[in-house]
Amino acid sequence: MAHVVLTRNLAQFTDGESELELEAANIRQLLRELAARYPRLEPHLGDGLAVAIDGEIFQDAWLEPIPAGSEVHIIPRIAGG
Amino acid sequence: MATVLKTEIQAPARETKWVGTRPIRPDGVDKVTGRAKFGADLILPGMLVGKVLRSPHPHAKIKSIDISKAAALPGVKAIVTRDDFQDLPSEFVPAGEMMVNYRDIVRNVMAREKVLYEGHPVAALAATSAQIAKQALKLIEVEYEVLPHVIDVLEAMKDDAPLLHDDLFTAGVEPAPSKPSNIAKRVEFAIGDIAAGFAEADLVIERTFDTKAVHQGYIEPHACVASFSEDGQAELWCSTQGHYIVRGHCAKMLGMDISELRVTASEIGGGFGGKTVVYLEPLALALSRKSNRPVKMVMSREEVFRATGPTSGANVRVKIGATRDGRITAAEGELKYQAGAFQGGPIQPGCMAAFAPYDLANVKVVGFDVVTNRPKVAAYRAPGAPISEFAVESVIDELAKKIGIDPIDFRLKNAAKEGTRTAYGPKLGPVGLIETLKRIKASEHYHAPLKPNQGRGIASGFWFNIGGETSVSINVNEDGTVTLMAGTPDIGGSRASSCLMAAEALGIDYDKVRPIIADTSSLGYTFLTGGSRATFSNGVAANEAAQQVIKEMCARAAKIWEIPADAVRWEDGMAKPAGANAGDFEPLSFAEIAKMAGKTGGPIAGHAHLNAQGAAPSFGTHLVDLEVDKETGRVTILRYTVAQDAGRAVHPAYVEGQYQGGAVQGIGWALNEEYIYGPDGRLQNPGFLDYRMPVASDVPMIDTVIVEVANPRHPFGVRGVGETPIVPPMAAIANAIEQATGIRFTELPMSPPKVLKAIEANGPG
Repeated sequence: MAHVVLTRNLAQFTDGESELELEAANIRQLLRELAARYPRLEPHLGDGLAVAIDGEIFQDAWLEPIPAGSEVHIIPRIAGG
Repeated sequence: MATVLKTEIQAPARETKWVGTRPIRPDGVDKVTGRAKFGADLILPGMLVGKVLRSPHPHAKIKSIDISKAAALPGVKAIVTRDDFQDLPSEFVPAGEMMVNYRDIVRNVMAREKVLYEGHPVAALAATSAQIAKQALKLIEVEYEVLPHVIDVLEAMKDDAPLLHDDLFTAGVEPAPSKPSNIAKRVEFAIGDIAAGFAEADLVIERTFDTKAVHQGYIEPHACVASFSEDGQAELWCSTQGHYIVRGHCAKMLGMDISELRVTASEIGGGFGGKTVVYLEPLALALSRKSNRPVKMVMSREEVFRATGPTSGANVRVKIGATRDGRITAAEGELKYQAGAFQGGPIQPGCMAAFAPYDLANVKVVGFDVVTNRPKVAAYRAPGAPISEFAVESVIDELAKKIGIDPIDFRLKNAAKEGTRTAYGPKLGPVGLIETLKRIKASEHYHAPLKPNQGRGIASGFWFNIGGETSVSINVNEDGTVTLMAGTPDIGGSRASSCLMAAEALGIDYDKVRPIIADTSSLGYTFLTGGSRATFSNGVAANEAAQQVIKEMCARAAKIWEIPADAVRWEDGMAKPAGANAGDFEPLSFAEIAKMAGKTGGPIAGHAHLNAQGAAPSFGTHLVDLEVDKETGRVTILRYTVAQDAGRAVHPAYVEGQYQGGAVQGIGWALNEEYIYGPDGRLQNPGFLDYRMPVASDVPMIDTVIVEVANPRHPFGVRGVGETPIVPPMAAIANAIEQATGIRFTELPMSPPKVLKAIEANGPG
């Protein structure tokens, strides 16, 4: 199980729930699980997101493994100039 | 005098021969001799000149466009308007700084229902000469219904403000609003208990800051040449930070398959984030398709100012509480950023970066993305962070002074470090903020005496940095030299740094590796040069491609020696028997194996295509001395030192250049630069005479200290360095002016008239 933390903006679509335990082997499974659990969240789980696993930020990395016991944050995608 | 400081490299510990050296730049001679080809330098047979008709109004409905007279002018070969571009549905895609919406891109490139800012394109044409093109523009008749406009971010947020988009409803608000407004989005980031944090504080300071829109100020204006052929294939040459991004946007707008469009990035005369979007390129392609002739388009400086992205102007409220012994207990921010004519300003990174230099338990940041009748903002070096961190670092300085603690000690006491939880959630890995603060504190500069009317200021800054999709190919030539192909336009030295890392990995000399920036049809997809990612990502890819080359080199040596491949090892650029049991063979050099490649299996090459992860943030601290002329309000920068964590400086001279360039750009942002609009909503200073950027005589030599706390996720320890240097200067300068004058400036720029006015209002003394 991973400990998943959502930003306050995303928690608007989970009836305020911002921290949860979730079983997912990788980022793609994590996003699918979140969408299944919170259908209103699904439209907001697209390209605009990044996923931090134990502090390291991943972008467009569906297949990145999520180790058991990880702390996972769903945050806005980072870019730059 | 620039200095390089090496601190302990935590991981990976690795001795290097080339990484960390300062060889001649591969593009240097062409640039200093004028041989380098920039966006406007390409000339093709039969080429036409393209020009754009732009809106004189900041906000108006387009009732009609009549091109008949212009089309009849001899020499005019094609005209395009909104009717020549298909409308695209709302679809957000990542591109450059932030998510962009194709529906908005289409409307920004060519106005459809309305013009939304002065300078918004209304029509474009191609003619046989610039003179005819200009004459023809005057013959296009556009009937407008002028609408009320709004320029200021706070005015735009009011209920009765002129509405730019009647289908824009604020996202991020529950319940969803029933009425449209100019507020595109509300974002919030928070950790801990903000009320409890402020209750613990002995001192709370709250201030509101205003910043103006400022332009990236790249010296080379936007320029491109498009050439469509009758079979639907097209080529495009342009000055861009990301030619694969340009290809994608243009193909979408013109209804082409991506494979039908080949884009070549020219040399680029600066971008700073502003060349991550398309303006002229779709127009030139559409004109070329219509005329069956190549079309060149080049913006004037005035067009660059009126119609291309600056960064946001903003209103920022910051409140920070601390205990008497200098521990920050709570921090709160409210950020309102102009997005320009379409949603999607840098509000999210602005919020996320605001308090990033500090290890805080209780933080809340709320941000608003607000549309106004200005050009759509584009990325500008660490998008959003300089604005919010200007406000935060100003309040931090004020808190330190009121508490009576040295500003560096106050920062050290609260500094972000490995394990710090950021306001946006994740914990930081190894970072070098504390090292930069300690280096600045230990510097001779920090302790040098000041004279009357002089002040010294300090500020820290942060940027995330990214990786992303990257392709690199290494082709081994028959004489043992190497060609390295990358897909990131070289703005800040990525060719030199990529070659250094490839040479290091291969074990050959740097001058045996020659780089090219490949066009979109020659190398796999590569994300743009932005987010301080090029050296980081190319290093990951170049290293992987080099390992493939080494593996093949060893395999060829094994064939030559007639021993198993795993009995060969690679050392110092040579294949050697792995041990005594492998046999007694003289080592084969890289060049010797390359020479025999044709007879041992054919050409040798390595290729990496990957999505580089593991980017790590960079922190920096700036120290500035300045003098305020109390008779004129003019601020003179006397001395400036930048300390920043580079992870590993691959080519230290380029890293120093990034530090120095960021400092100088920030000096301009702090002291002079601003978009000035008249009551008619028109920009009054669209040129470098009235939009005052620093020149060499305005600034001293910027001293640099390169701190190296290695990024453990990069083969050479690299962190991006290009964006962080623009973050601290504005606050450092404001803090220094406060020390010189006793006046806390909360509005940028701190230009002579404003400084003088404040000094006079403050009275003598």
